[in-house]
Amino acid sequence: MSIPPPANPALLDISDVSKSFGTVEVLRSVSLQVTRGEVVTVIGPSGSGKTTLLRCVNFLESYDSGSIRIDGKEVGFRDTGTRQRRSERDLAKMRAETGMVFQSFNLFPHLTAAGNIMLGLRKVRGKSSTEARAIAEHWLGRVGLAHKADSLPAELSGGQQQRVGIARAVAMEPKILLLDEITSALDPELVGEVLEVVRSLAEDGMTMVMVTHEMAFARDASSRIIFMADGGVSAAGPPAEILGTEIDNERLRSFLARFRASHF
Amino acid sequence: MGYTLNFNLIWRHFEKLWGGLLLSLELAVISIAIGIVIGLLLAVWYVSAGRLVRTAIAAYVEFIRNVPLILLVYLVFYGLPTVVDIAYSAQTSFIATLSLYSGAYLVEVFRSGLEAVPRGQLDAGKAIGLTPWQRLLHVRLPTMLRITLPALSNTFLSLFKDTSVASVISVPELTYGAQWINFNTFRIVEVYLVVTAMYLLTGYALLYALRLVERRFRAAH
Amino acid sequence: MLGQIAYALPFLAQGFAVTVWVSLLVVVLSLIAGVMMGVGLVYGPAPLRWAVRIFSDTIRGIPILVLIFFVYYGLPAVGIHLESFWAAVLALTLFKTAQVIEYLRGAVGSIPKGQSEAAMAIGLTFRQRLAYVIFPQAFRRFLPPWINGVTDAVKGSALVSLLGITDLMHAINQVIGRTYEAMPLYILGAVIYFVVNYALSLASRRLERRFSFIRE
Repeated sequence: MSIPPPANPALLDISDVSKSFGTVEVLRSVSLQVTRGEVVTVIGPSGSGKTTLLRCVNFLESYDSGSIRIDGKEVGFRDTGTRQRRSERDLAKMRAETGMVFQSFNLFPHLTAAGNIMLGLRKVRGKSSTEARAIAEHWLGRVGLAHKADSLPAELSGGQQQRVGIARAVAMEPKILLLDEITSALDPELVGEVLEVVRSLAEDGMTMVMVTHEMAFARDASSRIIFMADGGVSAAGPPAEILGTEIDNERLRSFLARFRASHF
Repeated sequence: MGYTLNFNLIWRHFEKLWGGLLLSLELAVISIAIGIVIGLLLAVWYVSAGRLVRTAIAAYVEFIRNVPLILLVYLVFYGLPTVVDIAYSAQTSFIATLSLYSGAYLVEVFRSGLEAVPRGQLDAGKAIGLTPWQRLLHVRLPTMLRITLPALSNTFLSLFKDTSVASVISVPELTYGAQWINFNTFRIVEVYLVVTAMYLLTGYALLYALRLVERRFRAAH
Repeated sequence: MLGQIAYALPFLAQGFAVTVWVSLLVVVLSLIAGVMMGVGLVYGPAPLRWAVRIFSDTIRGIPILVLIFFVYYGLPAVGIHLESFWAAVLALTLFKTAQVIEYLRGAVGSIPKGQSEAAMAIGLTFRQRLAYVIFPQAFRRFLPPWINGVTDAVKGSALVSLLGITDLMHAINQVIGRTYEAMPLYILGAVIYFVVNYALSLASRRLERRFSFIRE
């Protein structure tokens, strides 16, 4: 039996991925396809495996079985079909295809805002210092921080640091941007400025997978919402359907009910 | 090359090493006991005293910390009797030196420990009507002791190693025993292998025991 | 009395020069050896990590004096003949290397895991992560304790006097042997050691403040 290639091949193709930490199964044969330009939001209770899934996509975590492909290329393992880890050099190359924004920002404290963005451009993309600086300034402008190019992270507010974090990721021109609870560590009044940047990237057609607890934002900005529970995908669909009241999924219903009780 | 290990002579004189080890431990224990008294008194005095006293205590601490121990040992044993009219044995002299030495390190340990006691605890002590002395005795010191216990163990372990310097004024501790065997039997490699093992085993046994005590202490509070 | 001591000053100065020279050699050699072994301890394969761990724990577990005697008397017994000066430098370097290993491990270990992950995420290779992200940060945490630890090399160097090397400590004892002015000379020696070491620890404290990631 031969399967014809799909008409619109997925940019990110996660299929049947499982992973355990010791005896705890954190991902149970998760499958998810994301096409170019899509914004997919992953929601779910803590411990449901959302963050682990995201970290597997750029191989910050390895996975035990299944496959994760970006543009048809397996991320962590060699193309030979065996489960042989890629070389350090290849892994670095694959990781540069995805951008990652972290909950705790993880800016490099010894480099300025511009320096944080320029590091990957120079050392991975091989740009000259002048080119890299121009790109860094462009993206700092996009996130509204043109005037902070020469500030050190310690001199920036949390919201500003996270916007630099986003600029650092997108400046590499990744195929996909992964956002891991990027507003969770922020004071409530700083959340808006960061989400605004994400929204504008979505409008530009950036493909994104994000884990978030900002339901209102998820509803407005995403094309699809994935609900994860106990390491598996429990429900998936357009925001109106998943966050609507007619959904026939007991776990999702109780998650949302508890969520609304604590957040609204 | 062609050196063959032969431990027979070492075992024949082993009482020199064993006695030396016991003396090393004795020197370390007595010195840290006196050092703790010096350290505690000066630390408590430091945090409550004025500028002049603080400067004097800091001068003592900085002086001891920045001068080689061997020089202090010489100074007390050979130097001091030339200007003051007292006579003491090498062993007494060394204990005095090592006590002053550990005292200086412990002032720092206890001082930072006292300053690490949370303000809230002292306020709580005030709130239930304790006098300043009672607050020190029942609130500040016990908490400080718990905080500083690991540093205290480390100080003791390095004092145990520092006792080897006593050999330079012929106090018959472990390193002195090693040199005696070295010069009298020429089984050089063997004696230092055995002595190294003795320092290591004793040191790590002490470390293990002290960590157990620390855990006990933490659990009890 | 003062005349006799003044007469001895050039001799003490020579001894001081030897103290500085020994300390300098030890500090430089142990820095090189310690950083290499420290990187091995943090990132190396298991057998290397074990070897470095055993080396460091053994050296730090025995008195420097025993280390000095072991190297000085022990090496000739197994057929390696070193001048007493170099035996002393070797022994002190071993002692100091173990310290440097621990400073390095502490400095690298104090950098949050997120830094490595962020560096991975933008596609830096292992070497690039070390060179551009980990080491520049670790360096700032390594330097203050390391400079402070230079005082240990200076203080430890006084023990080489026991091998008959005429460093400051030995020079002082020799002058006392001729003049019998024990107390003034020991105090003079203590003051010299104090000035050198205190200056080093002040420098270390200043660096610590300078190296926080906030500009003043």
